[in-house]
Amino acid sequence: MNGLLEHFNYAVVIFLMMLGLYVVFASNNMIKKLVGLSVFQTSVFLLYISLGKVTGGQPPIIAEEDLHAATDGGHDVVAEGAHQAADIIYSNPLPHVLILTAIVVGVATLAIGLALVVRIREVYGTIEEDEIDALDYERNLEGAAK
Amino acid sequence: MQVMFLLMTMFPEWILSHGAASLVVIPLILAVLTALNPNAKLAWATVLGVTVLCVFTSLGLLLQITAHGPIHYNMGGWKPPLGIGYYVDGLNAPILLLISLVAFLCTIYALPSVAAEVEPKKKGPFYAAFLISFAGLLGMVVTADAFNVFVFLEVSSISTYVLVGMGASRDRRALTSSFNYLIMGSIGATFFVIGIGFLYMQTGTLNMMDIARVLQDIGSQDRVVRLAFAFIVIGLGLKLAMFPLHMWLPGAYAYAPSFFTTFLAATATKAALYLLLRFTFTVFDPSWDFVATAIMILLAGLGILGMLAASLQAIFQNDLRRVLAYSSVAQVGYMLLGIGMATTLGLTAGYLHMLNHAIMKGALFIAAGAFWYRFGITQVTDMRGLGKTMPWTMAGFTVAGISLIGVPGTAGFVSKLTLVRAAAENGWWWAIGVIVVTSILAIIYIGRIIEQAYFQPVPELKGKPVARNEAPYTMLIPLWILALSTLVFGVNAEWTTSLAQSAAHVLDAGPNTNIPGAHEVMPVVTGGH
Repeated sequence: MNGLLEHFNYAVVIFLMMLGLYVVFASNNMIKKLVGLSVFQTSVFLLYISLGKVTGGQPPIIAEEDLHAATDGGHDVVAEGAHQAADIIYSNPLPHVLILTAIVVGVATLAIGLALVVRIREVYGTIEEDEIDALDYERNLEGAAK
Repeated sequence: MQVMFLLMTMFPEWILSHGAASLVVIPLILAVLTALNPNAKLAWATVLGVTVLCVFTSLGLLLQITAHGPIHYNMGGWKPPLGIGYYVDGLNAPILLLISLVAFLCTIYALPSVAAEVEPKKKGPFYAAFLISFAGLLGMVVTADAFNVFVFLEVSSISTYVLVGMGASRDRRALTSSFNYLIMGSIGATFFVIGIGFLYMQTGTLNMMDIARVLQDIGSQDRVVRLAFAFIVIGLGLKLAMFPLHMWLPGAYAYAPSFFTTFLAATATKAALYLLLRFTFTVFDPSWDFVATAIMILLAGLGILGMLAASLQAIFQNDLRRVLAYSSVAQVGYMLLGIGMATTLGLTAGYLHMLNHAIMKGALFIAAGAFWYRFGITQVTDMRGLGKTMPWTMAGFTVAGISLIGVPGTAGFVSKLTLVRAAAENGWWWAIGVIVVTSILAIIYIGRIIEQAYFQPVPELKGKPVARNEAPYTMLIPLWILALSTLVFGVNAEWTTSLAQSAAHVLDAGPNTNIPGAHEVMPVVTGGH
């Protein structure tokens, strides 16, 4: 139980990941598939953000006083400021930056997916996969040897 | 060697010092300009110019690494592992050249093909999307940063979904195929990025060489590392159409515009296969038990299954491009089998087959597009008499087809023979049996097409046989360049084999922990120092 609480964020990540994948595989409706895909991708964002957390860490922004100390004062103050900065634990900012890129990728994928669904709706008049398969049944038979 | 040094002096300095970055930057920048360009001819000329430039750049890089060893390039002058590094060595330089060359030949072919298949006002954006896809593939191959790989993977994939969907003006099933590819491709890319996340969790770095170095300290017993490996292999497996994960491929190949199918079939799976090689052999350690088991059981096993199952499926297709698509899945199986042996000869065979297959499949898909261009034919049973109505196109198709079967004197024979030798060296006699069986299956599915074209009468239209209607020169020239190179590399395979051998040596050396910056061969851009 304690382990679960310590790794609470990972439990959420795993739950969302499985949920998203299940929705992608199980649903017949194309919009629902895209929703599942988005949930799946979002779980990965959470996974990365969890990686950036350092226990006791604060946001990776250098405190203003330290900066002033470093620019205004003489040698002693600079050294002191640097010393203080070394004491402060910062969270790792890199995963956040990576995920910013991944979010953009996710948005682009979703946009293309939705655009395709719109076109499919225009051409087929439905966005249910089984109905589309039924509409293309005759054409698909051409693909197999007669 | 003399010729190579002579050639090297012909390249301007910037290609040698900034070539790795310009391969990605030039197509990406010009893609934006192409998208804004209302003139379709000018857009096409831009693409042609970019591909020519990329062919020269990648050739320069290849000559450079054969003469002086690997190139490390620090993006923006920031030294890895903090900055993003690009890295060119014997493993990826031939693939860069292959992608650029295929793109160049496809662009010549695009002039008539795109005019017939894409609406006029969509041509500019179409070419722009192609350039983005091209840049993404080159970026995937040239980068040495694991997260950068994911970004380029998605850059190329997202533009690929768009381009596959553009086939809808010819066949509405392009839309559903593109949608399926989007779902499966995104799942694959997300699996890959989960794997990279776990690697980052354990190693704290994203540079491939740095990951390899830290992984050596962590060792093979770490569960997170094992998990990362599983996610990366499955994610890339989806992208390279490893056998049970290949379901997106036949639809995407069959209904995309012919020009893009040719490019996709010849390059996309190869870039993903390169990444699989890079990660399994030089980032993870192939001597670790779980990696060795995965290579042997998963890659070789699924390769064998894919060869058999996809070849059988190819026989029962009637759509020409679906036949070729299933055959592609089978050929990926050959490559995986070679890699699965994990010996020098096996890796050479797998890599050689990858290069040769790109040439053969390129030629076959160009011919398939030409049949549609002239007669609107997509079905094998409609191909009656094409040997008389389109003799040069059909002859090119036949040359590439017999190379795919593996008839002596063709490139396909050379790589299959190397594969058989590798299997014999390993004592995998059953694998030789499977190679022979699948070659016979290839005779059936290619032979069926050739039989229709040459031994069936020309169909009649209004009482008269259909007149001869050859494909335009812009289609015939790229087709025959590819078809003749299968013959040239079949008779004299020295060059392709030496490329494959140098790639196999890179893989044989195991994890590459050489941190860039420590042994710079080329002067690196100054800036961030």
